[in-house]
Amino acid sequence: MRSFFHRLDVKGSPYLYVTPFFLIFASFGLFPLAYTGWVSLHEWNLLEDTHPWIGLGNYTTLFTDSSFWNALRNTAQIWVLSTVPQLVAALFLANTLNQRLRAPTFWRLTALLPNITSVAAVALIFSQVFGKEYGLVNWVLGLFGAGHIDWQAGTASSQVAISVMIIWRWTGYNALIYLAAMQAVPRDLYQAAELDGATGFQQLTRITLPAIRPTVIFTVIVSTIGGMQVLAEPLLFGGSSTTGGSDRQFQTLGLYLYEAGFTRFDFGYAAAAAWAMFGVIVLAAVANYFLTSRLRRS
Amino acid sequence: MTTVLSRAAVRPVAEPRRKPYRAERRPGKLAYLTLAGLAVFSGFPIYWSLVVASQDNSVLGAVPPPFGIGSHLFENLDRAFGTVPFFRALTNSFIVSGAITISVVFFSTLAGFAFAKLRFRGRNAMLLMIVATMMVPTQLGIIPLYLIMIKAHLAGTMYAVIAPSLVSAFGVFFMTQFLGEAVPTELLEAARADGCSTIRIFWHVVLPAARPAAAVLGMLTFMTAWNDFFWPLVVLTPEDPTVQVALSTLASGYVQDYSLSLTGTLIATVPLLALFGILGRHIIGGIMQGAIKG
Repeated sequence: MRSFFHRLDVKGSPYLYVTPFFLIFASFGLFPLAYTGWVSLHEWNLLEDTHPWIGLGNYTTLFTDSSFWNALRNTAQIWVLSTVPQLVAALFLANTLNQRLRAPTFWRLTALLPNITSVAAVALIFSQVFGKEYGLVNWVLGLFGAGHIDWQAGTASSQVAISVMIIWRWTGYNALIYLAAMQAVPRDLYQAAELDGATGFQQLTRITLPAIRPTVIFTVIVSTIGGMQVLAEPLLFGGSSTTGGSDRQFQTLGLYLYEAGFTRFDFGYAAAAAWAMFGVIVLAAVANYFLTSRLRRS
Repeated sequence: MTTVLSRAAVRPVAEPRRKPYRAERRPGKLAYLTLAGLAVFSGFPIYWSLVVASQDNSVLGAVPPPFGIGSHLFENLDRAFGTVPFFRALTNSFIVSGAITISVVFFSTLAGFAFAKLRFRGRNAMLLMIVATMMVPTQLGIIPLYLIMIKAHLAGTMYAVIAPSLVSAFGVFFMTQFLGEAVPTELLEAARADGCSTIRIFWHVVLPAARPAAAVLGMLTFMTAWNDFFWPLVVLTPEDPTVQVALSTLASGYVQDYSLSLTGTLIATVPLLALFGILGRHIIGGIMQGAIKG
């Protein structure tokens, strides 16, 4: 009898231990994602009781809506503006941190400090910094004789401001990720390169970069997934308006979804937007995967 | 002491001096200059929010703007707590983040133990699934999630914020990696030979061994939960918010009251800054550890 329970324990209990995770993840992670597809095929307004089936109707409306394409373009632009400088800076920063520094922990703490600040806080702080009247940036520009910029009003200027928020919050974090990977690179590779007279920059591009390539690809993909979902920064920069500026000049896909779902309560349409976003994320992630793995090899 | 001296004395004088390699070389001025730049870049916006939060709005328009800390901080704090329910928001955020942290750490350790140390059919496939789900943008399921919460009469409550974050794929992965190395398999086999059930092994052997990683995972989870924005914004009301939702209320005024909104960011950030000040080095360790394995 005892051995029966023992065998049951050994064979069965592992499933018991992993079940809570799968159960909760399935109900609050996977199921809503799949159900989004179902909702997207209906005329589904939160304020109405019936939800008639309209097939792909929401999708045809979506793909003919110029605001959707505008949001997609803005999202892509903000992603490029924020990710490229961010990852390049993170790489150089990690390279600087990867030496025998005095007080290494202190410098790492300063690198991570922006990341513990919440997106909402970051957005509010930088909304002030990029303010039209009393903003810090405009004051600095004024010192050089430049006129005041209405950062929110322009397409380029507003997207730069939003990208700065993202860059500020994530550069140090990515630097730490790179640093972790760099510390695993065998030291004698550098020693050999040094003997051959390679400069610091050559060592970075010829040894470090190829060695941490998987990590670089990883960060590019993670920031693609994150970048396609940007929402808090443009929302709060626009004073909690879901249109992302008067001409939708900085409305992202996330904001577009939020506008449809939670200001018009058009859940069917918002669900279609969510599925479209999912497609965009997958495509962008796959494209970036191939792009980064090709770039490094050549 | 003597051994050190004698060893130094024995070293041949004529030994060719090796050029020290990169990672061993002491960095020069340029490195410290770069890092000082980093410190300013990272620290200034936070300092600036303190400056603005401590000034009267009328002073902020001055040329040049004030760069020192003013005397209106308490007045602004008073106004912030009067404009949005910040006491309530702070309490809610502590409850939500605390509950999520406890749950994520517990379930991650439990599942991590099974994946790292127990043998069962489908183990590798399940683990692969978990790694894959780390990449899934679950945020996109927000529409049905909201519908579920309305059906369950949970919209507007803290339960609605807590429930979707009760488990984390990253947490399971993190604990699996850690426990794989931290708990010797021989110890488990010995315990089992003594007739210990797996749940007792978990409780008496695995949990104590998991403590360092659990602490790191706990801190990362708490920070993420505290800073979560989109879902709480959707499912909560301005009257009963978390801190981040309260911030969005402050941002939505018709006239931008900067000293008020940046006082809000200060209130929202100070608890995490305190946590960071005390435990920052462990948080960094956790992020870098997760990076190598991830």
